[in-house]
Amino acid sequence: MNKNKHAVTIKGTKDGLTFFIDDSCSFDQVIKDLNHKLSSSLMEKDQQLIRVNVQAGNRYLTREQENQIREMIRGKKNFVVHDIVSNVITKQEAMEWKKDSEITPVSKIVRSGQVVDVRGDLLLIGDVNPGGKISATGNIYVMGQLKGIAHAGANGDREAIIAASYMKPSQLRIADLISRSPDYETEGVHMECAYIDQDQEQIVIDRLQVLAKIRSYLSIAERRMANG
Amino acid sequence: MGEAIVITSGKGGVGKTTTTANIGTALALMGKKVCLVDTDIGLRNLDVVMGLENRIIYDLVDVIKGRCILNQALIRDKRFDCLHFLPAAQTSDKTEVTPEGMKTIIKELKPDYDFILIDSPAGIELGYQNAVAGADRAIVVTTPEKSSVRDADRIIGLLEKEDLSHPPVLIINRIRNHMMKTGDMLDVDDIVTTLSIDLLGIIADDEEVIKASHHGEPVAFQPDTKASISYRNIARRILGEQVPLMALEENKGVFAKVKKFFGISSK
Repeated sequence: MNKNKHAVTIKGTKDGLTFFIDDSCSFDQVIKDLNHKLSSSLMEKDQQLIRVNVQAGNRYLTREQENQIREMIRGKKNFVVHDIVSNVITKQEAMEWKKDSEITPVSKIVRSGQVVDVRGDLLLIGDVNPGGKISATGNIYVMGQLKGIAHAGANGDREAIIAASYMKPSQLRIADLISRSPDYETEGVHMECAYIDQDQEQIVIDRLQVLAKIRSYLSIAERRMANG
Repeated sequence: MGEAIVITSGKGGVGKTTTTANIGTALALMGKKVCLVDTDIGLRNLDVVMGLENRIIYDLVDVIKGRCILNQALIRDKRFDCLHFLPAAQTSDKTEVTPEGMKTIIKELKPDYDFILIDSPAGIELGYQNAVAGADRAIVVTTPEKSSVRDADRIIGLLEKEDLSHPPVLIINRIRNHMMKTGDMLDVDDIVTTLSIDLLGIIADDEEVIKASHHGEPVAFQPDTKASISYRNIARRILGEQVPLMALEENKGVFAKVKKFFGISSK
């Protein structure tokens, strides 16, 4: 490979600096060049903090390598590492991603005392009877009657929603918030969804149609890739 | 220091849960601090009878497993501040509760309440042993049927081996007066003679009980039904008052009432 070619190229943008790392040289070379670039930099003193983005291209960075780069950039100057982006992830990470963004269809009646717990989104075709519980790390869609407990975003995703053809739940939980049914007898509602209202910090129930407005990215399969 | 009372029967469906809910409510009506504990793991009902199902977040097994502290699992009744409720788990296995675990929980509850009422599951296996473990007293519920009296007898035998501070007492539930009179049902005296323990109270077979549990509100809350008066009388007897057993005869209209009032009734 060309020895004269720079392993690290620094470009200024309006958001700060972007370090482009060449993905065809060895990691040692990257470190060497990065060291060189940082020490011979023309930066004057007393500068404000500068945001640095690192673009690794098609290079896979292990966690240790990522940390090494982070440490170097942070240690040398008044730089703040904002993000390190690589086009490559491991197969394992990809599988995890897939699991988190997948919809799992389940067709059964969840009876009292039964629990259905899935990773990603849950599509339940059937009812949840009082005393039954369904939970998912993502969204919950129930084609049937939801009369028991539903917990969406079980790992803390506050963007998760619960939608059902018929809702008369004893409890709705989204991430760390809980709401319970009122103490008086209610009729239940058809074709509604529950989500966390950002302003009120509580779970609200509204018509399904509002989802198009407030969670328009529900239909984008890669939404969780963006969220991490 | 509160007293822990277990409500048990051996046989299922005789009204343990209803009795627990109603005695608890009646005691709370008299201003006592009461905690109801459901030990029927996997088939809990007390929450439904009390109308508190939608408030359950943590349960008995969560407390025993250390997933939450006791106070987080306790639910305050929507009608009384002094009535609290510890729900059973619905999804766990009952083997996760041990008599030792129950003893610890009851011990922890005792300083904060006047009475702790423990609703026992049917049967005489682990669930029953858990329920009895922390109790000081026992109430046996039976109906005037041979099978349930037989099971009550069995349970009394088991309770007598336990380390209780008082001997068990009896509640006879679902009494149908006309059938007792015609001899189609065991009568109160027969049952008390057979079981030879003290009678704490009798409760008529009252449709109001079914209506009330349908609405998630214990019948003892109502002012004037037969069942609610019986439950309140039982609560008073638990507190040590002497209350005579309620007459179960149906009043035959206003005239009968008036006759009784003037003391010219044939009885």
